[in-house]
Amino acid sequence: MKNPIAGGAGGAAGVEVALPHPRTSKVQARTLLENERLLAALLLAPAVLLLGTFIAYPFVMGVWLSLSSTTVGTAGTFVGLKNFGKVWNDSIFREAFWNTGFYTFWATVFKLTLGMWLAVLLNRHFRGKRLVRASMLLPFIVPTVLSTFAWRWMFDPTFSVLNWSLYKLGFITTKLPFLSDGAWGLWCAIVVNTWRGMPFFAITLLAGLQTINPDLHEAASLDGANGWKRFWHVTWPLLKPVTLVVVVFSVIQTFSDFQLIYVLTGGGPANSTHLIATYAYQIGVATGLLGEGAAISLTMLPVLFIVVWLQLRYLRRLENA
Amino acid sequence: MVTERRWKKWVFFYIPLTLFIIGTLFPFYWMFITAIRPDAELYRSWRAEQNAPFWTLHPTLAHFQDLMAKTTFPTWLWNTFFIAVASTGISLFCGLLAGYALARLRFPMAGTLGTSIFVTYLVPPTLLFIPLADIIRNFQLGNTPWALILTYPTFLIPFCTWLLMGYFKTIPKELEECARIDGASRFGAMVRIIFPIAVPGILSAGIFAFTLSWNEFIYALVFLSSPERKTVPVGVVSELIRGDIYFWGQLMAGALLGSVPVALVYSFFVEYYVTGLTGSVKG
Repeated sequence: MKNPIAGGAGGAAGVEVALPHPRTSKVQARTLLENERLLAALLLAPAVLLLGTFIAYPFVMGVWLSLSSTTVGTAGTFVGLKNFGKVWNDSIFREAFWNTGFYTFWATVFKLTLGMWLAVLLNRHFRGKRLVRASMLLPFIVPTVLSTFAWRWMFDPTFSVLNWSLYKLGFITTKLPFLSDGAWGLWCAIVVNTWRGMPFFAITLLAGLQTINPDLHEAASLDGANGWKRFWHVTWPLLKPVTLVVVVFSVIQTFSDFQLIYVLTGGGPANSTHLIATYAYQIGVATGLLGEGAAISLTMLPVLFIVVWLQLRYLRRLENA
Repeated sequence: MVTERRWKKWVFFYIPLTLFIIGTLFPFYWMFITAIRPDAELYRSWRAEQNAPFWTLHPTLAHFQDLMAKTTFPTWLWNTFFIAVASTGISLFCGLLAGYALARLRFPMAGTLGTSIFVTYLVPPTLLFIPLADIIRNFQLGNTPWALILTYPTFLIPFCTWLLMGYFKTIPKELEECARIDGASRFGAMVRIIFPIAVPGILSAGIFAFTLSWNEFIYALVFLSSPERKTVPVGVVSELIRGDIYFWGQLMAGALLGSVPVALVYSFFVEYYVTGLTGSVKG
């Protein structure tokens, strides 16, 4: 690249002045682009247009659908809150709602604790550190659907490698019903979700850990603080902001999860492991009751709203600090 | 340095780290070993005398050959790649311009706009897929790659915008000012001076967006219907399972091959990827 600053004298302005008859249209276009507001509007237009068309518009449409009796192939009429009432009295939906909370809570707890632990381990110096760090992110990189299939195969009722290993090691005498029992199935999903999401926590927290000055630990250990104490009094307070942001992202992702359950249990056995999203798919797409499906999806909104609101409030606080 | 005894190092460091590594990587090993194991060895009762559960005595590439020759898998790979590249390109373009405007230009409502773009990042696809399916139908985009190329940017643009905005803010303003004094227009200074400096940020955002597109499932599942139009994750789910029968060897071969491109891209740009990941979180 040519150095822009040194090339000043022969720059665009010089050429511009030397032209006998500058083309008016070109000049007009340039002066328009010099206008800060107009340029900003132009630069933001593509992003706003796309987000408006495919997020804001569908959102409004989703609210309308949820208040109508639309099904695939028939335009519906306005029915008010009938869909929501029906959904609320649906025992499968209630279970799905409860499952979603349970799944989100436990998966987030495990991801945070294990991710933090792993981040602290990876923050130390050892041979092959770079390779280990890079390979630890793999579960996060590989498409969820594909890695979940590997887990499904590991949980397979007949050929489960996990059952086989536990049996050979003498821990169990009969097969564990990994995916053939509702409660087991949900816990299996939590395990897979933790496995997939933990690297994200670990790597982000590791980035946070690396900004902490080691002298602080040095000083604390001179004062006689052991490992635990150093973590709680030195590391944790400094990591809190990053942790909060990661947790918010993760809660949203986990709460609205679809693909993991879709592949692992398909909501079964007997609809016992549905999440809100998988149930919305079953009713709205597989059954074709668009209005009801949209209503089920929208029940996620209050939770997401609270989480986003907390996040924004926190960001504001940071900016004002 | 904080020093410690040897046994402590084993108990608190080596053993936990080894367990983490095994736990993280075992499913990939299992994927691989299943993919190269002949069916006769795969389907054995778990109580049978197995001579080699964790490796295979007769490795075979048959599952890969079947996948490539007898299914539409190569087409899915191409579809996924094309859609990921196109939606990443669109998102980077929009994100670059929007990110620059939000970081550098003063205009009314800048804060509100920035916040609302950030909030759209927190709207999950599973909230919108039903109305979106209706909209896609009305736009006559159903079962075309465009259904995904236009909708994927909804969760990529906010991320790219946010990341690049942060990156632009770290570039000193003096650079543009000098260029402006030398007669460059606002637009010219942005394109010629600032964008080239932002290449690392653009790479980070691009790689991240690429892996996110490659990963996407629910839109692809709902908007595409014919087998030759599908992406890898959807194709594997809907075409490699016949009723209740899972072709595990082929499935695992497909999972492996479907992961290779993203893993490759990632391994070449680990640093950029991690920057994108952590940069997005710092906001």
